[in-house]
Amino acid sequence: MTKPWRTYLLWFAQEHVEFRVAEIDSLLSLFNIEMRFTHKPVTEPYWIVEFASERDVQLLASRSVSLRNCLELWGHEKEVWKLHEKLKCYPRNLMDPYLQPNKSFKIEVETFCKHFTQKEKVDKIETFSYLPVQGPVDLRNPDVILQYIEYYGTVANNPPELPYDVFFGRWVASGLRQLIKKLSLKTRKFIGNTSMDPQLSLLMANQAKIKNGDIVLDPFVGSGSLLVAAAEFGGYVFGTDIDYLMLHGRTRPSRIAQKKREKDESIRANMKQYNLEHRYLDVLVNDFAMQFWREGCKFDAIVTDPPYGIREATERVGTSKENYTVSEEHLPTHIPAKIEYGISNIYKDLLSFSAKHLKVGGRVVCWFPVFRQDYNEDGLPSHPCLKLVANCEQTLTKVTARRLLTFEKLRDPTEQELNMDHKEITDFREKYFVVREETRKERRMKEARVREENRLQHIRDKV
Amino acid sequence: MKLLTHNMLTSKCMKGVSVGYPLGINASDVRVSEVDFNPDFIARMIPKLDWAVLYNAAESIGQLEDLPKDLANNYENDQEFLKKVHHVLLEVDIINGELVCPETGRKFPINNGIPNMLLNEDEV
Ligand SMILES: C[S@@+](CC[C@H](N)C(=O)[O-])C[C@H]1O[C@@H](n2cnc3c(N)ncnc32)[C@H](O)[C@@H]1O
Repeated sequence: MTKPWRTYLLWFAQEHVEFRVAEIDSLLSLFNIEMRFTHKPVTEPYWIVEFASERDVQLLASRSVSLRNCLELWGHEKEVWKLHEKLKCYPRNLMDPYLQPNKSFKIEVETFCKHFTQKEKVDKIETFSYLPVQGPVDLRNPDVILQYIEYYGTVANNPPELPYDVFFGRWVASGLRQLIKKLSLKTRKFIGNTSMDPQLSLLMANQAKIKNGDIVLDPFVGSGSLLVAAAEFGGYVFGTDIDYLMLHGRTRPSRIAQKKREKDESIRANMKQYNLEHRYLDVLVNDFAMQFWREGCKFDAIVTDPPYGIREATERVGTSKENYTVSEEHLPTHIPAKIEYGISNIYKDLLSFSAKHLKVGGRVVCWFPVFRQDYNEDGLPSHPCLKLVANCEQTLTKVTARRLLTFEKLRDPTEQELNMDHKEITDFREKYFVVREETRKERRMKEARVREENRLQHIRDKV
Repeated sequence: MKLLTHNMLTSKCMKGVSVGYPLGINASDVRVSEVDFNPDFIARMIPKLDWAVLYNAAESIGQLEDLPKDLANNYENDQEFLKKVHHVLLEVDIINGELVCPETGRKFPINNGIPNMLLNEDEV
């Protein structure tokens, strides 16, 4: 007989809400776990779901960045008295294994969006005194943690008198919120102006389904923030970037308080800082438009944040001059000229490269800038060998956003596909700059109007 | 730069180069340091390598030690062998030197462990 599925409560951090489903889906597929919803999740920070085994829940939590913690759910009601009724009827055979005399325990109270004093919390705990616990209380290091949760919604400044929902259950696992702190950019040795925050970097690594021993590439590596997350999950990492000074840690420091970069700032030094140096392979100074990876060389995952041309130029090596050559004497010190790369070419190259150099089933996870008003899924980059499996928006300003795109490689490209030209991808930047231009122009006109009014007023005052 | 990386690079993208593989190595400064051994990773890497290229590269920089010229059969379970491959792939690091295109002789400098594969605007 197969064991019955159990109900679990997954509690999420109320941050990057859009990314939740994509992350959990990726992890379920990575671990080959099945999860069923008992209620379809709406906007609340919790999901009520079922798993076939507790091990599955623990695996999921061991990699999830969005997840705060998971409870085996013993009761969920709208009203407190009903929850007590429910718990009093909860099957003893499901409860007893955790309430044995040799099992120390504690009961925690969590209240979401409403503050209570310690005294009030203790009083709440007292109301569960009917539970048939037999073991000793241990607040420090209990064998079993039972949790009572009161949910007052998500609007912090005006919580209702009574909770919307109350839950009781047994703590099973916590997610990786601590890891976000550990990898904080504030304490990282080497950062750049476009370093990705650890939470989003870790989400990207999860979207990419990176696992122990995978070979991972970031072709626009910058300060390597995405590689830190990839290596944290077991990836062996490569990076390339066109910026020599960046890879050698010689650009102007990004921290305001820092006058000069330290001598040994580098991506490798970051890996060392987090004890991940054994998973650092190499970084190369390289223009993505000119590929040096040999044919047949396959990566398990590609994670990247290509240049959007807002904070930095989209450039590649080249010249518009005809028959141009660099003279012999200038060669050693020559800095190659750059020409515009362009958003659409970057993504075209990125997807062709992924189709060619990912293993089948491997994923490429990349940010894509959009102008919100004009966003349309048909304008996204695409490739016949790659399937878009997730697409989450992070808004940046009123008018702009970036989308985290996750593609999975379905098959190797045919000879024809290797040489094909792709459909045009919308370049959102033109519009972006037009809008900025417009607002600047509007402001100038408004200022001019005010000046003119003041002038007229001044003349009127005189007469 | 590690020999694993060397095994994966070609200068084929350059004008007039037809194979561009393997790149020559001139190493002026080689560092050997201990790296955690992950036998599964090494076993998974081996089929992706060009073995002869790895062997010759290790030999050319004097780091061959006792790496066999031919791949062992059944290497997945041969810890001794995997350890040797691990050493050559991950523990040997070229800190300063250059990579050389086998067809044009174009040199790519390696500084501080980082190869510079940037071409000039007249080479693309
Ligand atoms: C948005 S940043 C990536 C930041 C990175 N995630 C980090 O942690 O710092 C984009 C990077 O792409 C690089 N880049 C721009 N054009 C490039 C090109 N043609 N080839 C390779 N890298 C390029 C830039 O130097 C920059 O470091």
